[in-house]
Amino acid sequence: MSYAIEMRHIRKEFPGIVANDDITLQVEEGEIHALFGENGAGKSTLMNVLFGLYQPDQGEIYVHGKKAVIHDPNDATRLGIGMVHQHFMLIDKFTVAENIVLGKEPKKHGLLDMAKAVKIVKELSEKYGLDVDPNQKVEDITVGMQQRVEILKTLYRGSDILIFDEPTAVLTPLEIQELIVIMKRLVKEGKSIILITHKLKEIFEACDRCTVIRRGKNIDSVAISDTNPSELASMMVGRKVNVQVNDAPYEPKEKVLEVDHLTVLDSRKVNVIKELNLTVHGGEILGIAGVDGNGQTELIEAIAGLRKVKNGRIKINGQDVTNQKTRKIIEAGLGYIPEDRQKHGLVLDFSIGENMVLQTYYKKPYAQLGILQNKVITKKAKQLIQEFDVRTPSEKTLARSLSGGNQQKVIVAREVDRSPELLIAAQPTRGLDIGAIEFIHGKLIDEKKKGKAVLLVSFELDEILRLSDRIAVIYEGNIIDIVNPKETDENELGLLMAGRKKGGNQA
Amino acid sequence: MIGFLKKINWMTLLIPIVSVILGLLCGAVIMLIIGYNPLLAYQSIVESIFLQPYYGGETIRAMIPLVLAGLAVAFAFRTGLFNIGVEGQLMVGWLASVACAIIFGHLPRVLLLPMSIIAGGAAGALWGYIPGLLKAKFKVHEVISTIMMNYIALYTTAYIIKNFLYHEGERTPTIPASASLASNFLANLTQGSRLHWGFIVVIIAVIAMWYILWKTTKGYELRAVGFSPDASKYAGMNVSRNIVLSLTISGIFAGLGGAMEGLGTYQYMTINSAFTGIGFNGIAVALLGLNSPIGVVFAGALFAGLQTGGLTMQSVAGVPVELIQIIIALIIFFVGSSYVIKWAIERLSRKGHKK
Amino acid sequence: MSIFEVLTIIIPSTLLTAAPLIFTSLGGVFSERSGVVNIGLEGLMSVGAFTAAISTLALEHSGFGDASPWIAILIAAIAGGLFSLIHAVVSISFRADQTVSGVALNFLAAGLTIFLVKMIYEGKGQTPYITHNIDKISIPGLSKIPFIGPIFFQQVTYTSYLAILVSVLVWFIIFKTPFGLRLRSVGEHPAAADTLGINVSRMRYIGVALSGVFGGIGGAVYLVTITSNYSVSTIAGQGFLALAALVFGKWHPIGAMGASLFFGFAQALSITSQQIPYLDRLPSVIMLTAPYVLTLIVLTGFVGRAEAPKADGVPYIKGQR
Repeated sequence: MSYAIEMRHIRKEFPGIVANDDITLQVEEGEIHALFGENGAGKSTLMNVLFGLYQPDQGEIYVHGKKAVIHDPNDATRLGIGMVHQHFMLIDKFTVAENIVLGKEPKKHGLLDMAKAVKIVKELSEKYGLDVDPNQKVEDITVGMQQRVEILKTLYRGSDILIFDEPTAVLTPLEIQELIVIMKRLVKEGKSIILITHKLKEIFEACDRCTVIRRGKNIDSVAISDTNPSELASMMVGRKVNVQVNDAPYEPKEKVLEVDHLTVLDSRKVNVIKELNLTVHGGEILGIAGVDGNGQTELIEAIAGLRKVKNGRIKINGQDVTNQKTRKIIEAGLGYIPEDRQKHGLVLDFSIGENMVLQTYYKKPYAQLGILQNKVITKKAKQLIQEFDVRTPSEKTLARSLSGGNQQKVIVAREVDRSPELLIAAQPTRGLDIGAIEFIHGKLIDEKKKGKAVLLVSFELDEILRLSDRIAVIYEGNIIDIVNPKETDENELGLLMAGRKKGGNQA
Repeated sequence: MIGFLKKINWMTLLIPIVSVILGLLCGAVIMLIIGYNPLLAYQSIVESIFLQPYYGGETIRAMIPLVLAGLAVAFAFRTGLFNIGVEGQLMVGWLASVACAIIFGHLPRVLLLPMSIIAGGAAGALWGYIPGLLKAKFKVHEVISTIMMNYIALYTTAYIIKNFLYHEGERTPTIPASASLASNFLANLTQGSRLHWGFIVVIIAVIAMWYILWKTTKGYELRAVGFSPDASKYAGMNVSRNIVLSLTISGIFAGLGGAMEGLGTYQYMTINSAFTGIGFNGIAVALLGLNSPIGVVFAGALFAGLQTGGLTMQSVAGVPVELIQIIIALIIFFVGSSYVIKWAIERLSRKGHKK
Repeated sequence: MSIFEVLTIIIPSTLLTAAPLIFTSLGGVFSERSGVVNIGLEGLMSVGAFTAAISTLALEHSGFGDASPWIAILIAAIAGGLFSLIHAVVSISFRADQTVSGVALNFLAAGLTIFLVKMIYEGKGQTPYITHNIDKISIPGLSKIPFIGPIFFQQVTYTSYLAILVSVLVWFIIFKTPFGLRLRSVGEHPAAADTLGINVSRMRYIGVALSGVFGGIGGAVYLVTITSNYSVSTIAGQGFLALAALVFGKWHPIGAMGASLFFGFAQALSITSQQIPYLDRLPSVIMLTAPYVLTLIVLTGFVGRAEAPKADGVPYIKGQR
């Protein structure tokens, strides 16, 4: 029997790590096959090998039973393999139709035939039920529609094997349901699908079989009907997870963060935060649950003074910090673990020591009369490296050369050490391995125990449910409900995140 | 660990060295193809610089504005900015220093000389401040804006000289001796070269750049902004202000370079119809010097030597002096292609290990 | 002097000085639309002008007569294209900083052309003058149209009209052909283009090579219509002016043409203002610096945001998102 895709004994090494170590993946014709594993387990590498973006160091690939050598995406496309990228590969300034036909344009007398392109896109979109407007520019359409454009790109090229790379990360629960319907329809039309994911729920809703990989190695392949969520989860992690729970009693103290009727514009001058109210007390972790793009980023940026507030007030410790300079807000008691740790949290080409004083370098004892006190800085860095278990040869090492987990530890060490009254943690564990996740969760709980206020923003419902004392659900720039984690579950949160208030009276 | 660090330093040092060697080799190949004797040509350069005091003096003299221009480019680079406008900043600095010396010619030397030098630095600062402000406020890319500022400087300085400071010979009057950096002592020492006291300004500038960038909190900010404007902003630094500051300080170095020409080498300013080339050479000097103050000094010495010795080369070996410019261009290409050079060196050393 | 007479002086002069800028800035459009910043336009023009000078001289010598400058322009186009490949190799394949590479390209062009001039003409710093220029002519028929004829069709060169036609052609290529779509795609989002099987490096090589071809033509046209010989100061700043026109024209072929015409107008005005009443009292420095000051103002966004292609200046490294 031949498989739609068979990857045998794939090995791919990067300087310093083996991303794929003897991985075998067999995808049957007409199935939805999950490729399941943690962040950094090697899923994306494997798929990039299949799509021709990387060359494997060892191993063979068979497509519909025939041995294939895939040098580049062209080869993959020719073999009928299409990829729906996690970070959409779309050109903002081009129209939907231009994006779809790019590289395989319909021509008339050697010129672009855009009329024909639009017609083809319309036909395809009707055939597969993928609603798009071919003439709109990509920068003007919703994330959900952008994803449909990505899918149409592969269909336009006649792909019969589709790779979906973490497709649900940016979607609302409702859009996720729609996507699953689309995937099932595609399979009915004779396509085979590989779904890369680290979310159990999707696997059990959408998939036929599942291949689990962990730390670059093959663990097992199972039929979904023969397994259960907890079995898959332990396969993914490889051991019993030592879950950090927020077990400290909930004793809220005085208000630390007060957000009052906040309105914020995004870069397109649209209100992304509308009249939002929120209070975080000392001694509590407030989790913000919500689908990406509902204003979380803008809310945090407004609090941190990185984005202009149009209307409303923000107070930290009773001090009005609305539209103040970031430095002033930091001095008022803000600590911030940003979402994009490499871009926003660290100066990668600075040493760890220099990074440890990124907000305090100008203050005593790190500086005297505008002159850096390098000895003091070094001593502090050494102390924090030890305290927070940062794995590094020395404090002189560049932040760039640390692993993701250790980079995050540097940031957490720096922020916690300043002992801020309010600590904002945005996606603090994204992309980290289990060990680092546990460590960071522990530190957040410690802050709560010290009586500090913690504002946690995460797309991982798990994380929110486990750590929060209260959960605020954000939807289209507003907090639509605040719930007690002990009295709710993923289902209810999912509905709220899609904008449906309790009782179902709101669509 | 120490071994590890040493290895990195070697590697970074190796690139400029390899680039210079490759550049000189390419120059030699060009000479061979055309039928010149490359050995004679290079020999004439080396001999003139090291054995003839006049050319030695002229080399150091040429280094003065070149190193300052290099510092200007390097300083901006450290803040992540590409200052192509050193040429223009240097010109306005040159004119401002000369104008100051002439206008306030009646003042005593203790006042006039520092004032004229400062005027040069200040004019350069202004010419750097404008693109800095445009970048900070309007996100105008500094590469484009500094190029525009160069031409504005070129035409404006010419216009000012023609209309307000004109002297026969398409130039300004000569500055009073009380504002001059020229020195009979140094000239006699070097058999009549134009070497002047400006080298002291250079030494101060080199130390100042090092001290500012690595010892002060301002320097820490400038470097942080240079490496990662985003992280700096998140950490509460004022990115815009640092961009403006960086280009302004860069402009000071450039303006001082111009002042050295005006108060030292020439004692006047001519109406330029084209650029001096010092500013553009400064880019080469900064790149080759890896944007470090001491590196800029070495790179400046090399290019100044090549340019000064190039004149001897032309007379002794008959090779047009433009060959030097070709070699400098090639060296920039090689330094810029450090990625490939690194890759090649690694390949070679790995092969070496296998044997 | 009537306005009509003023126009008959300024417009033909504008067309004349704008033509080299138009060609060169169109070259810049190709390069930057593909994602490669080209500071080296100045150098490419120098190479074009130098090549045109020595080719015209050689062709004249061999008896090609009036065809000499035209053939020389074609040779200069090839020379410019070849020379630009240095920028392509260094900045695309070797991933050097594109600005650094462009600066070096200008250096190399300035040094190399004068070096060769000295080689060919025994130590002299400039070439002899060519005798067969592309002359200013009156276009038969059109120049007889009342009013319009004397302004637009007398005392002009064919190259000016060619430049305007070519800019329309370039607009067509960039916005109406599959090639243009692909060229723009690698300048906007090379990774996306890559996943669709478009060879990013190849497209960028083509973009840079075309900038060389057009820069070469621009330099050649400058030489055969305006200066007639090549020396150090021939292309003093024309390439940077073309770069400014490219930015002023917002990376759009028609915009670049419009900006070039406008800069040509400013240059023409600075040269001819002495003949024109009222304007002769205006300091020439205002006209000379106008193109640069205006470009700065445009860049501040007061007159609509000028946005470069998204990936302009960013080397593409496979596998890095």
